[in-house]
Amino acid sequence: MEQAGYPDDLLYHPDHDWARIDPANPDEATFGITWYAQDALGEVVFFDPPKLGTRVTKDEPYTEIESVKAVSDVIGPLSGEVVAVNDALADSPEAINEDPYGAGWLVRVRLSDPSERESLLDAAAYRASLGS
Amino acid sequence: MMGFAGWEMPVWYDGVVAEHMAVRRAAGVFDVSHMGQVEVRGPDAMALLQRLLSGDLRRLPEGGAQYGLICDERGGILDDVLTYRLAERHFLTVTNAANHERDLGWFLDHASGFDVDVRDRREEFAMLAVQGPESGALLARLADGPLPPRNHCCQRTIAGLAMLVCATGYTGEAGVELMLDPAGAGAVWDALVGAGAHPAGLGARDTLRLEAGLPLHGNDIDERRNPIEAGLGWACAEQTGFIGAEAVAAAREPDPSARAERLVCFEIAGRGIARQGDRIEGGGVVTSGGFSPCLERGIGMAYVPADRSAPGTELVIDVRGAARRAVVRAKPIYRKEQ
Repeated sequence: MEQAGYPDDLLYHPDHDWARIDPANPDEATFGITWYAQDALGEVVFFDPPKLGTRVTKDEPYTEIESVKAVSDVIGPLSGEVVAVNDALADSPEAINEDPYGAGWLVRVRLSDPSERESLLDAAAYRASLGS
Repeated sequence: MMGFAGWEMPVWYDGVVAEHMAVRRAAGVFDVSHMGQVEVRGPDAMALLQRLLSGDLRRLPEGGAQYGLICDERGGILDDVLTYRLAERHFLTVTNAANHERDLGWFLDHASGFDVDVRDRREEFAMLAVQGPESGALLARLADGPLPPRNHCCQRTIAGLAMLVCATGYTGEAGVELMLDPAGAGAVWDALVGAGAHPAGLGARDTLRLEAGLPLHGNDIDERRNPIEAGLGWACAEQTGFIGAEAVAAAREPDPSARAERLVCFEIAGRGIARQGDRIEGGGVVTSGGFSPCLERGIGMAYVPADRSAPGTELVIDVRGAARRAVVRAKPIYRKEQ
């Protein structure tokens, strides 16, 4: 993905994670990392997803992404329990770079406290936090 | 960009893997101007360098290059350097950026009593490395004459600028390192890129040298390690009486305490990448670790007990709390099919 982008339909955590909440199913959210995060990491070479049922706590690391440069923690934007993981990333971790908001999604989580979303940023506020 | 020894340097241009593969398959160009140069010339130049460098300079012909170590009296490795013999009594030693000032001081401190002129030339040279199987053909189109053979150097004009061309490198590929006037380096860089060399940064430099099994001073070797445990005994000619030669000779002897360690290359058997500082079960520590774009595996270098340093030996490395299996590999880890 060449150009920076921050879709308006996502919520953003200041530690460069996003959450997508389908209005039809507001008790679950999909998580991933932002364009800024994948650009800073460089080429992702391994992603070992957390196990189903793993507890995710907002603001705490819940998994790791390994890039050519370094290994990095991924921070939970919201709290809950992992109900699905993106198994395709085992064979094509580069999707996290190439399509961070689509094929590069990481996990799907059943939220334990949907009201936490109030503390996340919208796209404009996240962009502002990046200074761009 | 990242800071390194006072230099601002690109870690990558368009991606470490793309740059790495460009060097393995075609040609890449690195700006390595952070490297330092120390010039030694005069009637006693050879005699001084025989004291300061671990190799036997008598075996270095004019126009030749030789890898060597600068050791302290205990055999600790102060730096690893390439020395070019420009003329019978005229040598140029290329130092690592972080060690340059110390190396220069070491040279000057030991030069008293020798009829030599030791000069810091770092500010006068930019340095570009052009590496990869197509680097020779690419350079031939820009050069005014033939390129030097492997481990040799000569003066050439490339892209209109006179410079020192050295057939050496740090990637495990054929290629050259160019030492040239910094004022003209930008134009030469542009000419090299225009001729097809892929710009490559520090990230690819590190993954390439790791695959090639080449140690990095400050990571894999330093003054706490001697050349024997670092696997660099081949670069030491103790009969020359270089500083540290006695300690190196002693380190070659079998260690009755069985506590000797050896620097080895390893490959992670599955997923994951060990990083510098990760501990090895049963003793040992990772000194460099990263991703091998050619093998698509984690690889690295580590000190392990000498009795567990043979290629094929299985290791277990604690990678951030996960036990990762790894295998000791012969150097270089990556070898091009012939």
